[in-house]
Amino acid sequence: MTLATSFFQDDDFIQAMYIVAFTLFILGLRGVTSPKTARRGNVTAAVGMAVAVIATLLIPEVGDYGLIAVGVAIGTAIGVPAARSVQMTQMPQMVALFNGVGGGAVALIAWAEFRKSGGDLPLEEGVPILFAAIIGSISFWGSNIAFGKLQEILPGRPIQLPGQQFVNGALLLIAIACAVAIAAGSEAELLFLVILVAAALLGNMFVLPIGGADMPVVISLLNAFTGLSAAAAGIALDNTALIVGGILVGASGSILTNLMAEAMSRSIPAIVAGGFGGVDLTSGSGEDGRPVRSTDASDAAIQLAYARRVVVTPGYGMAVAQAQHAVREMAAELEKRGVEVVYAIHPVAGRMPGHMNVLLAEADVPYEQLKEMDDINPELPQIDVALVIGANDTVNPEAGMPIIDVQRCGQVIILKRSMSAGFAGIDNPLFYNENTALLFGDAKESVAKVTGEVQEL
Amino acid sequence: MDLVTEIAILVLGAFVGFEVISKIPNTLHTPLMSATNAIHGIVLLGGLLVIGEVDGAFNKLILVIAIAFGTINVVGGFLVTDRMLEMFSKKPEPKAKADE
Repeated sequence: MTLATSFFQDDDFIQAMYIVAFTLFILGLRGVTSPKTARRGNVTAAVGMAVAVIATLLIPEVGDYGLIAVGVAIGTAIGVPAARSVQMTQMPQMVALFNGVGGGAVALIAWAEFRKSGGDLPLEEGVPILFAAIIGSISFWGSNIAFGKLQEILPGRPIQLPGQQFVNGALLLIAIACAVAIAAGSEAELLFLVILVAAALLGNMFVLPIGGADMPVVISLLNAFTGLSAAAAGIALDNTALIVGGILVGASGSILTNLMAEAMSRSIPAIVAGGFGGVDLTSGSGEDGRPVRSTDASDAAIQLAYARRVVVTPGYGMAVAQAQHAVREMAAELEKRGVEVVYAIHPVAGRMPGHMNVLLAEADVPYEQLKEMDDINPELPQIDVALVIGANDTVNPEAGMPIIDVQRCGQVIILKRSMSAGFAGIDNPLFYNENTALLFGDAKESVAKVTGEVQEL
Repeated sequence: MDLVTEIAILVLGAFVGFEVISKIPNTLHTPLMSATNAIHGIVLLGGLLVIGEVDGAFNKLILVIAIAFGTINVVGGFLVTDRMLEMFSKKPEPKAKADE
């Protein structure tokens, strides 16, 4: 028995388990990059995680299983119901929150490790611990602010603070200065606490000035940060699984961040610098007085039913109104009449890239009807009617990013609840175009009414 | 393990991370972000490693919170990703599902 126990607790065995674990992570991640294998990929990565956790629990030095069980139980009790009950529309907030707790965990572990050593850390352990503390803390607080903005607990508009760049720079300098002092030999825990607090403030200050529309990029960036901080913790704790798992996320998160920023024609430094890309936010509201043309369901139904090609451009508003099923029914009705219906999906429609695809897939919209922005834009002049449902920024010519340029279609019908500005807080000149008509009301009700009118024709 | 080996692992891991996901359809950005998010829940291991080595109620408390946070990250992250991807997998042909 002791032989078996010692075999499983042998360092080589545990390292071998870790190799299995991160191989599964890599295979899993590769799986998630293709629609066919995505779900299996996620399960593969989850199995890898289970292997890594079990291997770690076998390490002889790991103790206090009672408290570990308490922590895991609490985490499970919070995480599972949250993940099960969250609506698809609120997914981005959920990812932000899960990312935040990950960063928080890194910062707390770094703090505990510092306290354990009494502040007397060898350099090769101290530097990664300090790095993990700073980045983990930024990620925790930044993600919470991102969550608050997406959940609309905090205003989505950029919150500009006086001298914010200077303050951010100063906070970062304070954190680094304290870190250098500790690395140089100081053992004061106060310095470590100053690091945590400065990084916490920095996390807040970093995300607060960023507009809601840039939030997906920010979450992705913070996701990469958390990965890097986890890798740093792995170096400090001499744990290969942590290093590889962390850096995989750090690398993939950076790429994703870049892809998202590219999709929005935004540079990451510009986003981090705050505000929404050079667009003067105050000038937008001055145009509210301009006349718009409103229409009703029966007019819209006639236009749609006698069109040859219709492009539906959904946005977050459709998701909020839970109108995706109604939209699919309307499309089916139109198709019965020989109208070709496609969906134009902006890369950042919804609140994250791919968010809208998830929502439409949930409503059983055929995959081949979903067109990406770059594919649909050249075809728009041949399309008779664009039906914009709860989208605003993604069709706004002044949004400062590539848009689905629906104004080039024959007619544009915009379903909208009210004349308020979009998530980015910018007025939309599209509303005032001659070929634009607005259909006011709840998206779901409006779509249902249009479907009814189409059936009557 | 010595630092240089660890840094070698770090650098190679970074390249693997870049390569594995450098090509990916827009559609899968959200699920991929969510899956990578779940993977950095591996910080949980850090909590497990350190909690047995510290003394004092306060240190233990910090680490129990860290373990709880890490668990939320892992469990919640993978579950949410699975829910997102479930919607893709039921899509194509109902037949394809029956073969599995």
